[in-house]
Amino acid sequence: MSTLISPVINPVEPFLRDDRMPHIWCPGCGIGTTVNCFARALIESKIDLNSLAIVSGIGCTGRVAGYVKLDSFHTTHGRAIPFATGLKLANPKLNVVVYSGDGDLSAIGGNHLIHAARRNIDLKVICVNNLIYAMTGGQTAPTTPDHAITSTSPYGTFEPAFNLPHLVEASGAVYVARWTTFHVRQLARSISEAFQKKGFSFIEVISPCPTLYQRRNKLGDGLDTMKYYKEKSKTKNGAPTSEVGLTMSGEIIVGKFVDRDRPDYSELLKAQMQASLGDRYVDYETCATEYGDGGCAEDSCH
Amino acid sequence: MAKGRVAIVVERCKACGFCVEFCPTKVLELSSAFNSKGYHPPHVVAPEKCSGCDLCGMYCPDFAIYGYRNQEPKPEVKNEG
Amino acid sequence: MKADPHGVLTGTHFMDGDHACCEGALAAGARFASGYPITPSTEVVERFAQRVPTVGGSFIQMEDELAASITLQGAVWGGAKAFTVTSGPGFSLMMEHIGYAAMTETPCVFVDVQRGGPSTGLPTLPAQSDMMQARWGSHGDYEIIALCPNSPQECFDLTIKAFNLAEEFRVPVMFMMDEVVGHMTEKVVIPPADEIEVTPRKHTRKSVDEFLPYATNGDQVPEMAHAGEGYRFHVTGLTHDERGYPNMTPATQQKLVNRLLSKVRNAADRIALYEEEATADADVVVVSYGITSRVAQRAIDMARDRGLKVGKLRLITVWPFPENKIRALAARTKAFVVPELNLGQMVREVERASGGKARTIHVPHAGGSVHRPEDILAAIQEAVR
Repeated sequence: MSTLISPVINPVEPFLRDDRMPHIWCPGCGIGTTVNCFARALIESKIDLNSLAIVSGIGCTGRVAGYVKLDSFHTTHGRAIPFATGLKLANPKLNVVVYSGDGDLSAIGGNHLIHAARRNIDLKVICVNNLIYAMTGGQTAPTTPDHAITSTSPYGTFEPAFNLPHLVEASGAVYVARWTTFHVRQLARSISEAFQKKGFSFIEVISPCPTLYQRRNKLGDGLDTMKYYKEKSKTKNGAPTSEVGLTMSGEIIVGKFVDRDRPDYSELLKAQMQASLGDRYVDYETCATEYGDGGCAEDSCH
Repeated sequence: MAKGRVAIVVERCKACGFCVEFCPTKVLELSSAFNSKGYHPPHVVAPEKCSGCDLCGMYCPDFAIYGYRNQEPKPEVKNEG
Repeated sequence: MKADPHGVLTGTHFMDGDHACCEGALAAGARFASGYPITPSTEVVERFAQRVPTVGGSFIQMEDELAASITLQGAVWGGAKAFTVTSGPGFSLMMEHIGYAAMTETPCVFVDVQRGGPSTGLPTLPAQSDMMQARWGSHGDYEIIALCPNSPQECFDLTIKAFNLAEEFRVPVMFMMDEVVGHMTEKVVIPPADEIEVTPRKHTRKSVDEFLPYATNGDQVPEMAHAGEGYRFHVTGLTHDERGYPNMTPATQQKLVNRLLSKVRNAADRIALYEEEATADADVVVVSYGITSRVAQRAIDMARDRGLKVGKLRLITVWPFPENKIRALAARTKAFVVPELNLGQMVREVERASGGKARTIHVPHAGGSVHRPEDILAAIQEAVR
């Protein structure tokens, strides 16, 4: 580690667990880039970092939780979203971010993804989509484009891939955007916007996996991929999500596709309880705050 | 004097080349020097062109570089890289 | 600390075990449950769904048991006491997350109202065939605590005990009911809140700079913090060091996993709860748990009426297994009779702990109904021969 003396520090630095650097991601991997954008969004949105929790699953992107200096939870494969749901319901004051990969969120985690979107749980989901299961050595993911070579499809994939923005929009998400790791400013802005939304927000970030996906498919290295993103991306804000499917080397439609308002899970819950119970309804937020302070630990609650 | 400056954390760099490619004013090139892992970190070849936009910092997946705008002198802040 | 009166339904009730379990959870301070319907456990969360909006708390029915078993853990880290409820097939689905709770030391309760298995089995009929699974169901080395109530009253009382043990040892506690205990209706007395002892969360009092999420300071159980309090801690299921950071080396593994085991094992004698009667000069000791113990009591009475010297050991905590107790009894009795609603689970522990010093006679039952007292009596008579 070198010592640097300069008048200004890297804006991402206060968000990093110094004592865990350097991280494990490969040269040219885009996950670190997304963390820069996440940090910028946190600064821009002036989020209280002590009221922020980040939950991740298993995979390369899942390692983000361990590198950021926030209350962070590295959970089981595919289950970041239900864990995050429990966290949010127990302490509604928390801003809860789910930061995980395409395999984790849409394969093993697929059921939880669609239900959380359906319920419109107030979660901000950042899905880094490198089109592969990277951590485990490059197996096919539900997002791997047609005819790609992967370690479990050595002769080329033939399964149609998920169109994630379409899936989460159909399930009920209120904010759906896709960017690539080339679109750093737009990505930071989308994350900031998601923090202003109440409800299920989903931001997909297409990212290189030079070691596995790109290498096995002879698509060059990380830089080649970034250049491809730059060249072949087309920003189409508001595009119909049914039309934003990906192919191996074709056009990448990016943009903010969905930004709508629907009451989130908490609002719906409260409205229903109040309608049915009236005065008898005891709002959980009161209870959660007292206990969450730790002040409740010694004395009887209420 | 240039509008901005770049700070490079040599030991973190993995020479992915993003900063070199995406600097809008082509301030950087990969150097011929090595860090202890064997990578060629970038170095500033056109300092006068730096605007301090920090796009390099946003792109860098290894948190190994960042840019900042030159301002009135501030007290020096030592930070571990 | 005393129970929060808002959750305590003080009074004399006529309710079944499932309902009593729910009341026990509320009395213990549980304010979060995530569940998934499965017979014969569903009534526990149905009641919770009805009660909690007027007590203060949350219930969410998740999309599957995989979700339910981790959502409750998110709620724990958010500050709540939390539990879930299931039966055999759901219990199997929850195994990965029971392991996650053990590894991350998340205090919580998993209720398994056992039914006939394997697979879909007998959804509406009793068994006690998840007992080994409760102990060994998840992968890796870990310890849990398991309790077995034998009446609706115990479903209330022991659920509180389960939560207290979970908080004290920071483990997932398995509450092993069965369909009969869950669905039988009996008198349940719920005392006033100030007569109920509740163990608070082992929350750190350290400053943000001093706090390490998995440091122990001599005690084997670390203190914990909740999300949103400024501690900025990290929790992972990977093998981790005192800072909570992944540290995947044999040395860290040795230290961590051994502590996860020893924090429970070293306290095993203190944790052990059982009902012991007339074992001092018994020729045979009947070892049973859960609903089977009610039938066994009848058999024991019948045997004593026939002049046999029969002792009784009813296991209330089943895991950690009270080996020292069995070992001591094995030294002075001829035989153990172990009736259980399965084809051989806890009997293996009895056999193991007795070290060959006493015979072990098993009274198996594949499940679907309870034993006939006559079958247990026959085994007792066989034992004294």
